Amino acid sequence: MSSAQLRVVHAGPLVTIQDAGRFGHMRFGVSASGPMDRSSFAIANAALGLTEAKTGIEVSLGGLVLECRQGAVSFAVAGGGFSVDCAGVKSSSWTVQTLFEGQKLIIRGGAWGSWTYLVFSGRQIARTWLGSTATQSMSGFGGGALRSGQDIEIEDAHVRDDRIGDIPCPAFAQPDGTAHVVVGPQDQHFLPISVEAFLSTPYKLTDAFDRMGVRLSGPKLELSEALSIPSEPILRGSVQVSGDGVPTVLLADHQTTGGYPKIATVISSDLDRLSQMRAQDRIKFTAVTAEQAVEIVRSEADARRTYINELAKPRPSLNERLLRENLIGGVVSGNDD
Amino acid sequence: MSVPSFKAVADHALLVEYATEISDEVNRTVIALDHAIAEAQINGVQEVVPALVNLLALFDPTQTTHREVEAAIRALLPVVPADDAKADHHVLDICYDEGMSPDLEAVAKARGMSQEAIIKAHVSARYRVGMYGFAPGYAYLSGVPDAIQVPRKTTPVRDIPAGSVMIAGPQCLATTIIMPTGWSIIGHTPAKIMTGDPARPFLFDVGDTVSFNRIRREAL
Repeated sequence: MSSAQLRVVHAGPLVTIQDAGRFGHMRFGVSASGPMDRSSFAIANAALGLTEAKTGIEVSLGGLVLECRQGAVSFAVAGGGFSVDCAGVKSSSWTVQTLFEGQKLIIRGGAWGSWTYLVFSGRQIARTWLGSTATQSMSGFGGGALRSGQDIEIEDAHVRDDRIGDIPCPAFAQPDGTAHVVVGPQDQHFLPISVEAFLSTPYKLTDAFDRMGVRLSGPKLELSEALSIPSEPILRGSVQVSGDGVPTVLLADHQTTGGYPKIATVISSDLDRLSQMRAQDRIKFTAVTAEQAVEIVRSEADARRTYINELAKPRPSLNERLLRENLIGGVVSGNDD
Repeated sequence: MSVPSFKAVADHALLVEYATEISDEVNRTVIALDHAIAEAQINGVQEVVPALVNLLALFDPTQTTHREVEAAIRALLPVVPADDAKADHHVLDICYDEGMSPDLEAVAKARGMSQEAIIKAHVSARYRVGMYGFAPGYAYLSGVPDAIQVPRKTTPVRDIPAGSVMIAGPQCLATTIIMPTGWSIIGHTPAKIMTGDPARPFLFDVGDTVSFNRIRREAL
Protein backbone atom coordinates (compact mmCIF):
# COMPACT_ATOMS: atom_id res chain seq x y z
CA MET A 1 0.00 0.00 0.00
CA SER A 2 1.49 3.34 -0.99
CA SER A 3 1.42 6.39 1.18
CA ALA A 4 2.23 10.04 0.64
CA GLN A 5 3.75 12.50 3.04
CA LEU A 6 3.08 16.22 2.76
CA ARG A 7 4.67 19.04 4.73
CA VAL A 8 2.73 22.17 5.63
CA VAL A 9 5.02 24.97 4.39
CA HIS A 10 2.48 27.65 5.27
CA ALA A 11 -1.02 27.57 6.75
CA GLY A 12 -3.02 30.76 7.30
CA PRO A 13 -5.29 31.18 10.30
CA LEU A 14 -8.48 29.05 10.36
CA VAL A 15 -7.08 26.34 8.08
CA THR A 16 -8.47 23.21 9.72
CA ILE A 17 -9.04 19.51 9.27
CA GLN A 18 -12.73 18.71 8.75
CA ASP A 19 -14.94 15.79 7.87
CA ALA A 20 -18.70 15.89 7.23
CA GLY A 21 -19.32 16.76 10.88
CA ARG A 22 -19.82 15.39 14.38
CA PHE A 23 -23.52 14.73 14.81
CA GLY A 24 -25.69 13.76 17.74
CA HIS A 25 -23.83 15.46 20.61
CA MET A 26 -25.58 18.83 20.79
CA ARG A 27 -27.29 17.72 23.99
CA PHE A 28 -23.77 17.57 25.53
CA GLY A 29 -22.78 21.05 24.37
CA VAL A 30 -21.10 19.91 21.14
CA SER A 31 -22.23 21.43 17.83
CA ALA A 32 -21.63 19.51 14.61
CA SER A 33 -18.67 21.55 13.23
CA GLY A 34 -17.61 20.17 9.82
CA PRO A 35 -17.21 22.30 6.69
CA MET A 36 -18.52 25.87 6.63
CA ASP A 37 -19.61 25.16 3.03
CA ARG A 38 -20.87 21.59 3.16
CA SER A 39 -21.81 21.36 -0.53
CA SER A 40 -18.37 22.35 -1.80
CA PHE A 41 -16.78 19.83 0.56
CA ALA A 42 -19.12 17.13 -0.79
CA ILE A 43 -18.19 18.19 -4.34
CA ALA A 44 -14.45 17.85 -3.64
CA ASN A 45 -15.11 14.32 -2.36
CA ALA A 46 -17.39 13.44 -5.27
CA ALA A 47 -14.77 14.62 -7.76
CA LEU A 48 -12.59 11.78 -6.46
CA GLY A 49 -15.48 9.32 -6.77
CA LEU A 50 -16.58 9.45 -3.13
CA THR A 51 -20.26 9.90 -2.31
CA GLU A 52 -19.55 9.66 1.45
CA ALA A 53 -17.48 12.66 2.49
CA LYS A 54 -14.31 11.82 4.40
CA THR A 55 -11.51 13.80 6.00
CA GLY A 56 -10.09 16.80 4.15
CA ILE A 57 -8.79 20.30 4.75
CA GLU A 58 -10.80 23.52 4.94
CA VAL A 59 -8.65 26.34 3.57
CA SER A 60 -9.43 29.90 4.64
CA LEU A 61 -8.47 33.12 2.84
CA GLY A 62 -5.20 32.80 4.78
CA GLY A 63 -4.18 30.16 2.22
CA LEU A 64 -2.19 26.94 2.36
CA VAL A 65 1.13 25.78 0.91
CA LEU A 66 2.01 22.07 0.96
CA GLU A 67 5.10 20.28 -0.28
CA CYS A 68 5.04 16.61 -1.20
CA ARG A 69 7.97 15.03 0.66
CA GLN A 70 7.31 11.47 -0.37
CA GLY A 71 5.03 9.54 -2.73
CA ALA A 72 2.38 10.93 -5.04
CA VAL A 73 -1.31 11.59 -4.55
CA SER A 74 -4.21 12.98 -6.55
CA PHE A 75 -6.35 15.64 -4.88
CA ALA A 76 -9.51 17.60 -5.52
CA VAL A 77 -10.11 21.25 -4.65
CA ALA A 78 -13.62 22.75 -4.61
CA GLY A 79 -15.22 25.86 -3.12
CA GLY A 80 -15.06 29.61 -3.69
CA GLY A 81 -13.01 31.39 -6.33
CA PHE A 82 -9.57 30.55 -4.95
CA SER A 83 -6.40 30.13 -7.01
CA VAL A 84 -4.46 26.89 -7.17
CA ASP A 85 -0.86 26.46 -8.24
CA CYS A 86 0.25 22.83 -8.47
CA ALA A 87 3.95 22.56 -9.39
CA GLY A 88 3.66 25.77 -11.38
CA VAL A 89 0.43 24.82 -13.18
CA LYS A 90 -2.18 27.43 -12.32
CA SER A 91 -5.91 26.74 -12.14
CA SER A 92 -9.08 27.75 -10.35
CA SER A 93 -10.21 26.13 -7.11
CA TRP A 94 -12.42 23.65 -9.01
CA THR A 95 -9.88 21.08 -10.09
CA VAL A 96 -8.50 17.57 -9.71
CA GLN A 97 -4.73 17.18 -10.10
CA THR A 98 -1.83 15.07 -8.85
CA LEU A 99 1.00 16.19 -6.59
CA PHE A 100 4.29 14.31 -7.01
CA GLU A 101 7.32 14.07 -4.73
CA GLY A 102 9.20 17.35 -4.52
CA GLN A 103 6.30 19.42 -5.88
CA LYS A 104 4.47 22.25 -4.17
CA LEU A 105 0.74 22.93 -3.99
CA ILE A 106 -0.20 26.55 -3.30
CA ILE A 107 -3.82 27.53 -2.55
CA ARG A 108 -4.62 31.22 -2.18
CA GLY A 109 -7.76 33.36 -1.91
CA GLY A 110 -9.09 34.69 -5.20
CA ALA A 111 -11.96 36.65 -6.70
CA TRP A 112 -14.70 35.37 -4.41
CA GLY A 113 -15.47 33.03 -1.53
CA SER A 114 -14.10 32.54 1.97
CA TRP A 115 -13.41 28.80 2.07
CA THR A 116 -12.13 26.11 -0.25
CA TYR A 117 -11.75 22.37 0.35
CA LEU A 118 -8.81 20.08 -0.34
CA VAL A 119 -9.45 16.35 -0.32
CA PHE A 120 -6.91 13.63 -1.17
CA SER A 121 -7.41 10.34 -2.99
CA GLY A 122 -6.42 8.25 0.00
CA ARG A 123 -6.92 8.32 3.75
CA GLN A 124 -5.72 11.49 5.44
CA ILE A 125 -4.57 10.57 8.95
CA ALA A 126 -6.10 12.86 11.58
CA ARG A 127 -6.97 12.89 15.27
CA THR A 128 -10.59 11.98 15.97
CA TRP A 129 -12.83 13.13 18.80
CA LEU A 130 -16.23 11.52 19.38
CA GLY A 131 -15.77 9.56 16.17
CA SER A 132 -15.11 12.55 13.91
CA THR A 133 -12.01 14.37 12.65
CA ALA A 134 -13.91 17.69 12.32
CA THR A 135 -12.09 20.46 14.19
CA GLN A 136 -14.13 22.18 16.90
CA SER A 137 -12.51 25.61 17.00
CA MET A 138 -13.47 26.54 20.57
CA SER A 139 -11.73 23.50 22.11
CA GLY A 140 -9.35 22.56 19.30
CA PHE A 141 -10.61 18.96 19.57
CA GLY A 142 -10.72 16.80 16.45
CA GLY A 143 -8.17 17.01 13.65
CA GLY A 144 -7.11 20.53 14.63
CA ALA A 145 -5.78 23.61 12.88
CA LEU A 146 -2.83 23.14 10.51
CA ARG A 147 0.50 24.70 11.51
CA SER A 148 3.55 25.44 9.42
CA GLY A 149 6.12 22.66 9.67
CA GLN A 150 3.56 19.95 10.42
CA ASP A 151 3.47 16.77 8.32
CA ILE A 152 0.33 15.24 6.83
CA GLU A 153 0.22 11.53 6.18
CA ILE A 154 -2.00 10.12 3.41
CA GLU A 155 -2.40 6.37 3.62
CA ASP A 156 -3.49 4.30 0.64
CA ALA A 157 -2.59 7.24 -1.62
CA HIS A 158 -3.65 6.92 -5.25
CA VAL A 159 -2.83 8.66 -8.50
CA ARG A 160 -6.15 8.94 -10.30
CA ASP A 161 -5.53 9.84 -13.94
CA ASP A 162 -9.20 9.04 -14.61
CA ARG A 163 -10.23 11.95 -12.37
CA ILE A 164 -7.86 14.70 -13.51
CA GLY A 165 -9.42 17.87 -14.89
CA ASP A 166 -11.72 20.77 -14.09
CA ILE A 167 -14.78 20.43 -11.87
CA PRO A 168 -17.83 22.41 -13.09
CA CYS A 169 -18.73 24.99 -10.40
CA PRO A 170 -22.51 24.64 -9.96
CA ALA A 171 -24.76 27.67 -9.39
CA PHE A 172 -25.78 26.38 -5.95
CA ALA A 173 -22.20 26.78 -4.72
CA GLN A 174 -22.05 30.48 -5.62
CA PRO A 175 -23.29 33.18 -3.21
CA ASP A 176 -26.00 35.44 -4.65
CA GLY A 177 -26.38 37.94 -1.78
CA THR A 178 -29.65 36.51 -0.53
CA ALA A 179 -30.77 34.05 2.13
CA HIS A 180 -34.18 32.68 3.06
CA VAL A 181 -35.13 32.82 6.71
CA VAL A 182 -38.00 31.54 8.79
CA VAL A 183 -38.87 34.33 11.24
CA GLY A 184 -38.44 33.48 14.94
CA PRO A 185 -38.43 31.66 17.26
CA GLN A 186 -38.29 34.86 19.40
CA ASP A 187 -39.56 37.47 16.95
CA GLN A 188 -42.32 38.35 19.42
CA HIS A 189 -39.73 40.10 21.61
CA PHE A 190 -38.82 42.60 18.88
CA LEU A 191 -40.61 45.75 17.84
CA PRO A 192 -42.58 45.02 14.64
CA ILE A 193 -40.58 47.76 12.94
CA SER A 194 -37.35 45.85 13.77
CA VAL A 195 -38.58 42.64 12.16
CA GLU A 196 -39.60 44.69 9.11
CA ALA A 197 -36.21 46.43 8.98
CA PHE A 198 -34.40 43.08 9.20
CA LEU A 199 -36.34 41.79 6.19
CA SER A 200 -36.35 44.92 4.05
CA THR A 201 -32.85 46.36 4.45
CA PRO A 202 -29.74 44.55 3.21
CA TYR A 203 -27.18 43.89 5.96
CA LYS A 204 -23.43 43.84 5.56
CA LEU A 205 -21.21 41.04 6.79
CA THR A 206 -18.47 42.38 9.07
CA ASP A 207 -14.96 41.05 9.64
CA ALA A 208 -16.11 39.62 12.97
CA PHE A 209 -16.43 36.39 11.00
CA ASP A 210 -15.11 33.01 12.09
CA ARG A 211 -16.31 29.41 12.28
CA MET A 212 -18.63 30.26 15.16
CA GLY A 213 -20.56 32.98 13.35
CA VAL A 214 -20.58 36.28 11.52
CA ARG A 215 -21.71 39.62 12.91
CA LEU A 216 -23.77 41.79 10.59
CA SER A 217 -24.03 45.54 10.34
CA GLY A 218 -27.21 47.39 9.44
CA PRO A 219 -30.28 48.73 11.20
CA LYS A 220 -30.25 48.10 14.96
CA LEU A 221 -32.92 45.60 16.00
CA GLU A 222 -34.71 46.84 19.07
CA LEU A 223 -36.45 44.66 21.59
CA SER A 224 -39.94 45.63 22.69
CA GLU A 225 -38.83 45.39 26.33
CA ALA A 226 -35.74 44.76 28.41
CA LEU A 227 -35.42 41.04 28.32
CA SER A 228 -33.78 38.14 30.05
CA ILE A 229 -34.76 34.85 28.42
CA PRO A 230 -33.53 31.51 29.78
CA SER A 231 -30.67 29.97 27.78
CA GLU A 232 -32.16 27.78 25.08
CA PRO A 233 -30.92 25.55 22.27
CA ILE A 234 -29.59 27.31 19.18
CA LEU A 235 -28.79 26.16 15.67
CA ARG A 236 -26.44 26.73 12.80
CA GLY A 237 -28.31 29.53 11.01
CA SER A 238 -29.84 31.15 14.11
CA VAL A 239 -29.79 34.96 13.84
CA GLN A 240 -29.32 36.03 17.44
CA VAL A 241 -29.46 39.64 18.48
CA SER A 242 -27.28 40.82 21.34
CA GLY A 243 -28.25 43.57 23.79
CA ASP A 244 -26.80 46.28 21.53
CA GLY A 245 -29.27 45.36 18.75
CA VAL A 246 -26.63 43.78 16.48
CA PRO A 247 -27.51 40.49 14.73
CA THR A 248 -25.06 37.57 14.43
CA VAL A 249 -25.63 34.55 12.18
CA LEU A 250 -24.38 31.42 13.93
CA LEU A 251 -22.29 29.04 11.83
CA ALA A 252 -20.54 25.63 11.96
CA ASP A 253 -18.96 25.87 15.45
CA HIS A 254 -21.87 27.69 17.12
CA GLN A 255 -22.54 27.37 20.83
CA THR A 256 -25.35 24.92 21.51
CA THR A 257 -27.34 27.20 23.81
CA GLY A 258 -27.67 30.93 24.23
CA GLY A 259 -29.74 33.49 26.05
CA TYR A 260 -30.05 36.10 23.29
CA PRO A 261 -33.36 36.26 21.38
CA LYS A 262 -33.35 34.92 17.83
CA ILE A 263 -35.19 37.13 15.37
CA ALA A 264 -34.98 34.57 12.53
CA THR A 265 -33.23 31.40 11.38
CA VAL A 266 -31.51 30.97 7.98
CA ILE A 267 -32.72 27.81 6.23
CA SER A 268 -30.14 25.04 5.95
CA SER A 269 -29.75 25.03 2.15
CA ASP A 270 -28.75 28.73 2.10
CA LEU A 271 -26.04 28.53 4.77
CA ASP A 272 -23.28 27.25 2.49
CA ARG A 273 -23.64 30.23 0.16
CA LEU A 274 -23.88 32.63 3.10
CA SER A 275 -20.68 31.16 4.60
CA GLN A 276 -18.85 31.80 1.31
CA MET A 277 -19.59 35.53 1.47
CA ARG A 278 -16.98 38.00 2.68
CA ALA A 279 -16.81 40.96 5.05
CA GLN A 280 -18.46 44.02 3.43
CA ASP A 281 -20.65 41.84 1.17
CA ARG A 282 -24.34 42.69 1.36
CA ILE A 283 -26.98 40.14 2.19
CA LYS A 284 -30.74 40.49 1.88
CA PHE A 285 -32.91 38.23 4.02
CA THR A 286 -36.26 37.03 2.65
CA ALA A 287 -38.90 35.52 4.91
CA VAL A 288 -40.56 32.24 3.97
CA THR A 289 -42.99 30.09 5.95
CA ALA A 290 -41.77 26.86 7.53
CA GLU A 291 -43.68 24.91 4.84
CA GLN A 292 -42.01 26.89 2.04
CA ALA A 293 -38.62 26.37 3.73
CA VAL A 294 -39.09 22.59 3.62
CA GLU A 295 -40.08 22.78 -0.07
CA ILE A 296 -37.01 24.88 -0.95
CA VAL A 297 -34.65 22.62 0.99
CA ARG A 298 -36.09 19.49 -0.64
CA SER A 299 -35.75 20.82 -4.16
CA GLU A 300 -32.19 22.06 -3.44
CA ALA A 301 -31.32 18.65 -1.97
CA ASP A 302 -32.52 16.99 -5.20
CA ALA A 303 -30.42 19.32 -7.36
CA ARG A 304 -27.34 18.70 -5.22
CA ARG A 305 -27.81 14.96 -5.17
CA THR A 306 -28.14 14.84 -8.96
CA TYR A 307 -24.98 16.91 -9.42
CA ILE A 308 -22.97 14.92 -6.83
CA ASN A 309 -24.02 11.53 -8.20
CA GLU A 310 -23.15 12.58 -11.74
CA LEU A 311 -19.75 13.90 -10.63
CA ALA A 312 -18.94 10.81 -8.56
CA LYS A 313 -19.76 8.33 -11.34
CA PRO A 314 -16.90 6.01 -12.29
CA ARG A 315 -15.02 7.38 -15.25
CA PRO A 316 -13.17 5.48 -17.92
CA SER A 317 -9.42 5.64 -17.48
CA LEU A 318 -7.38 8.10 -19.50
CA ASN A 319 -6.26 5.30 -21.84
CA GLU A 320 -9.82 4.19 -22.41
CA ARG A 321 -10.89 7.77 -23.08
CA LEU A 322 -8.05 8.32 -25.55
CA LEU A 323 -8.90 5.07 -27.24
CA ARG A 324 -12.56 6.03 -27.50
CA GLU A 325 -11.72 9.47 -28.87
CA ASN A 326 -9.46 7.85 -31.45
CA LEU A 327 -12.23 5.52 -32.51
CA ILE A 328 -14.73 8.34 -32.73
CA GLY A 329 -12.21 10.31 -34.76
CA GLY A 330 -12.01 7.42 -37.21
CA VAL A 331 -8.33 6.79 -36.53
CA VAL A 332 -8.05 3.03 -36.23
CA SER A 333 -5.18 0.68 -36.05
CA GLY A 334 -3.86 -0.61 -39.34
CA ASN A 335 -4.16 -4.16 -37.99
CA ASP A 336 -7.85 -4.10 -38.84
CA ASP A 337 -7.12 -4.36 -42.55
CA MET B 1 -48.06 20.94 33.75
CA SER B 2 -49.59 22.94 30.94
CA VAL B 3 -49.38 22.01 27.27
CA PRO B 4 -46.16 23.31 25.67
CA SER B 5 -46.05 25.72 22.75
CA PHE B 6 -44.56 24.61 19.41
CA LYS B 7 -42.58 26.87 17.14
CA ALA B 8 -41.04 26.02 13.76
CA VAL B 9 -37.32 26.86 13.54
CA ALA B 10 -35.90 27.13 9.99
CA ASP B 11 -36.62 24.09 7.80
CA HIS B 12 -35.39 21.41 10.15
CA ALA B 13 -36.23 22.01 13.81
CA LEU B 14 -39.10 22.46 16.21
CA LEU B 15 -38.84 24.37 19.51
CA VAL B 16 -41.09 22.90 22.21
CA GLU B 17 -41.43 25.32 25.12
CA TYR B 18 -43.12 24.81 28.50
CA ALA B 19 -42.54 28.19 30.14
CA THR B 20 -40.58 31.40 29.87
CA GLU B 21 -39.48 31.35 33.53
CA ILE B 22 -37.02 28.81 34.92
CA SER B 23 -38.26 26.43 37.61
CA ASP B 24 -37.41 22.91 38.78
CA GLU B 25 -40.84 21.67 37.78
CA VAL B 26 -40.53 23.04 34.25
CA ASN B 27 -37.02 21.60 33.77
CA ARG B 28 -38.11 18.18 35.05
CA THR B 29 -41.03 18.25 32.59
CA VAL B 30 -38.67 19.08 29.70
CA ILE B 31 -36.45 16.16 30.75
CA ALA B 32 -39.47 13.81 30.84
CA LEU B 33 -40.48 14.89 27.33
CA ASP B 34 -36.87 14.39 26.14
CA HIS B 35 -37.00 10.81 27.45
CA ALA B 36 -40.42 10.22 25.86
CA ILE B 37 -39.22 11.46 22.45
CA ALA B 38 -36.11 9.25 22.63
CA GLU B 39 -38.30 6.25 23.40
CA ALA B 40 -40.85 7.02 20.67
CA GLN B 41 -38.21 7.05 17.89
CA ILE B 42 -40.14 9.56 15.79
CA ASN B 43 -39.63 9.24 12.04
CA GLY B 44 -37.00 11.71 10.76
CA VAL B 45 -36.03 13.10 14.18
CA GLN B 46 -32.23 13.10 14.34
CA GLU B 47 -31.39 14.80 17.60
CA VAL B 48 -33.09 16.40 20.61
CA VAL B 49 -31.45 19.17 22.65
CA PRO B 50 -33.07 19.63 26.07
CA ALA B 51 -32.63 22.95 27.89
CA LEU B 52 -34.03 24.60 31.02
CA VAL B 53 -37.55 25.49 29.85
CA ASN B 54 -37.72 24.06 26.34
CA LEU B 55 -36.20 21.54 23.98
CA LEU B 56 -35.29 21.60 20.32
CA ALA B 57 -36.08 18.60 18.11
CA LEU B 58 -33.94 18.52 14.95
CA PHE B 59 -35.18 16.53 11.99
CA ASP B 60 -34.31 15.68 8.41
CA PRO B 61 -36.55 17.91 6.26
CA THR B 62 -36.30 15.50 3.33
CA GLN B 63 -37.93 12.82 5.54
CA THR B 64 -40.55 14.71 7.54
CA THR B 65 -42.00 18.16 8.29
CA HIS B 66 -42.63 20.44 11.29
CA ARG B 67 -46.28 19.44 11.23
CA GLU B 68 -45.59 15.70 11.35
CA VAL B 69 -43.00 16.02 14.12
CA GLU B 70 -45.34 18.26 16.12
CA ALA B 71 -48.17 15.74 15.80
CA ALA B 72 -45.88 12.90 16.92
CA ILE B 73 -44.71 14.88 19.97
CA ARG B 74 -48.25 15.99 20.87
CA ALA B 75 -49.23 12.32 20.92
CA LEU B 76 -46.76 11.82 23.80
CA LEU B 77 -48.40 14.48 25.99
CA PRO B 78 -48.94 15.02 28.81
CA VAL B 79 -45.72 13.82 30.44
CA VAL B 80 -45.14 13.47 34.16
CA PRO B 81 -42.15 15.53 35.35
CA ALA B 82 -39.03 13.37 35.72
CA ASP B 83 -38.36 12.13 39.25
CA ASP B 84 -34.93 13.18 40.58
CA ALA B 85 -34.92 10.09 42.79
CA LYS B 86 -34.96 7.84 39.72
CA ALA B 87 -32.12 9.65 37.93
CA ASP B 88 -28.48 8.52 38.05
CA HIS B 89 -26.53 10.18 40.85
CA HIS B 90 -22.90 11.26 40.64
CA VAL B 91 -20.56 12.35 43.43
CA LEU B 92 -17.75 14.70 42.39
CA ASP B 93 -14.68 15.29 44.53
CA ILE B 94 -14.05 18.99 45.11
CA CYS B 95 -11.17 20.88 46.68
CA TYR B 96 -11.94 24.32 48.14
CA ASP B 97 -8.38 24.90 49.42
CA GLU B 98 -6.51 28.14 48.87
CA GLY B 99 -5.26 28.46 45.30
CA MET B 100 -8.16 26.31 44.07
CA SER B 101 -10.89 28.78 44.97
CA PRO B 102 -9.90 32.27 43.79
CA ASP B 103 -13.37 33.81 44.27
CA LEU B 104 -14.37 32.15 47.54
CA GLU B 105 -13.37 35.17 49.61
CA ALA B 106 -15.37 37.57 47.39
CA VAL B 107 -18.45 35.32 47.52
CA ALA B 108 -18.19 35.12 51.32
CA LYS B 109 -17.87 38.89 51.55
CA ALA B 110 -20.80 39.48 49.18
CA ARG B 111 -23.06 37.18 51.22
CA GLY B 112 -21.79 38.29 54.66
CA MET B 113 -20.78 34.74 55.53
CA SER B 114 -17.55 32.99 56.45
CA GLN B 115 -15.73 31.05 53.73
CA GLU B 116 -16.34 27.85 55.69
CA ALA B 117 -20.09 28.58 55.75
CA ILE B 118 -20.11 29.07 51.96
CA ILE B 119 -18.24 25.76 51.50
CA LYS B 120 -20.60 23.97 53.88
CA ALA B 121 -23.67 25.22 52.00
CA HIS B 122 -22.20 24.37 48.60
CA VAL B 123 -21.00 20.88 49.55
CA SER B 124 -24.28 19.99 51.29
CA ALA B 125 -26.57 20.83 48.37
CA ARG B 126 -27.91 18.38 45.82
CA TYR B 127 -27.82 19.51 42.19
CA ARG B 128 -29.55 18.48 38.97
CA VAL B 129 -28.11 18.63 35.45
CA GLY B 130 -30.59 21.07 33.88
CA MET B 131 -28.87 21.23 30.49
CA TYR B 132 -25.51 21.35 28.73
CA GLY B 133 -24.47 24.44 26.79
CA PHE B 134 -21.83 27.07 26.01
CA ALA B 135 -18.94 24.64 25.42
CA PRO B 136 -18.42 20.86 25.14
CA GLY B 137 -19.29 19.15 28.41
CA TYR B 138 -20.44 22.32 30.20
CA ALA B 139 -23.26 20.90 32.34
CA TYR B 140 -25.45 23.48 34.07
CA LEU B 141 -26.16 22.17 37.57
CA SER B 142 -29.16 23.81 39.20
CA GLY B 143 -29.59 23.88 42.96
CA VAL B 144 -27.12 26.42 44.38
CA PRO B 145 -28.62 27.32 47.80
CA ASP B 146 -30.22 30.80 47.95
CA ALA B 147 -27.89 31.89 50.77
CA ILE B 148 -24.73 31.63 48.65
CA GLN B 149 -26.07 32.81 45.26
CA VAL B 150 -24.12 35.64 43.63
CA PRO B 151 -24.65 37.32 40.25
CA ARG B 152 -22.26 36.96 37.33
CA LYS B 153 -19.25 39.29 37.39
CA THR B 154 -19.53 42.32 35.14
CA THR B 155 -16.26 41.50 33.35
CA PRO B 156 -15.28 37.97 32.35
CA VAL B 157 -11.87 36.60 33.41
CA ARG B 158 -9.77 34.88 30.75
CA ASP B 159 -8.17 31.44 30.65
CA ILE B 160 -9.94 29.68 33.49
CA PRO B 161 -8.43 26.17 33.84
CA ALA B 162 -10.46 23.01 33.22
CA GLY B 163 -11.87 21.49 36.40
CA SER B 164 -12.86 24.85 37.90
CA VAL B 165 -16.10 24.65 39.89
CA MET B 166 -17.95 27.91 39.63
CA ILE B 167 -21.29 29.45 40.49
CA ALA B 168 -23.60 32.18 39.16
CA GLY B 169 -27.16 32.69 40.39
CA PRO B 170 -28.80 29.29 41.01
CA GLN B 171 -26.37 27.47 38.66
CA CYS B 172 -23.12 25.63 39.33
CA LEU B 173 -20.75 24.33 36.63
CA ALA B 174 -17.51 22.35 36.45
CA THR B 175 -15.45 23.44 33.44
CA THR B 176 -13.98 21.00 30.92
CA ILE B 177 -11.70 23.19 28.80
CA ILE B 178 -9.79 26.44 29.23
CA MET B 179 -12.32 29.26 28.71
CA PRO B 180 -13.12 32.78 29.86
CA THR B 181 -15.87 33.11 32.47
CA GLY B 182 -17.79 35.67 34.47
CA TRP B 183 -18.78 33.11 37.10
CA SER B 184 -17.24 32.89 40.59
CA ILE B 185 -14.73 30.07 41.01
CA ILE B 186 -15.06 28.48 44.43
CA GLY B 187 -13.30 25.14 44.00
CA HIS B 188 -11.60 22.59 41.77
CA THR B 189 -12.69 19.07 40.81
CA PRO B 190 -10.45 16.33 39.43
CA ALA B 191 -13.58 14.61 37.99
CA LYS B 192 -13.57 14.06 34.24
CA ILE B 193 -16.93 15.15 32.83
CA MET B 194 -15.55 14.36 29.37
CA THR B 195 -14.68 10.79 30.24
CA GLY B 196 -12.62 9.75 27.22
CA ASP B 197 -14.77 6.59 27.10
CA PRO B 198 -16.30 6.29 23.61
CA ALA B 199 -19.21 4.25 25.02
CA ARG B 200 -20.16 7.07 27.42
CA PRO B 201 -18.19 10.19 26.47
CA PHE B 202 -19.97 12.53 28.92
CA LEU B 203 -20.32 11.70 32.61
CA PHE B 204 -23.87 13.04 33.07
CA ASP B 205 -27.11 12.75 31.18
CA VAL B 206 -29.41 15.73 31.37
CA GLY B 207 -31.64 15.13 34.41
CA ASP B 208 -28.97 13.28 36.46
CA THR B 209 -28.32 14.47 40.01
CA VAL B 210 -24.94 15.52 41.40
CA SER B 211 -23.42 16.16 44.80
CA PHE B 212 -19.91 17.10 45.93
CA ASN B 213 -17.45 15.41 48.26
CA ARG B 214 -14.87 17.70 49.88
CA ILE B 215 -11.23 16.65 49.53
CA ARG B 216 -8.00 18.37 50.52
CA ARG B 217 -5.26 19.42 48.16
CA GLU B 218 -3.14 16.40 49.14
CA ALA B 219 -5.85 14.08 47.74
CA LEU B 220 -5.89 15.75 44.30
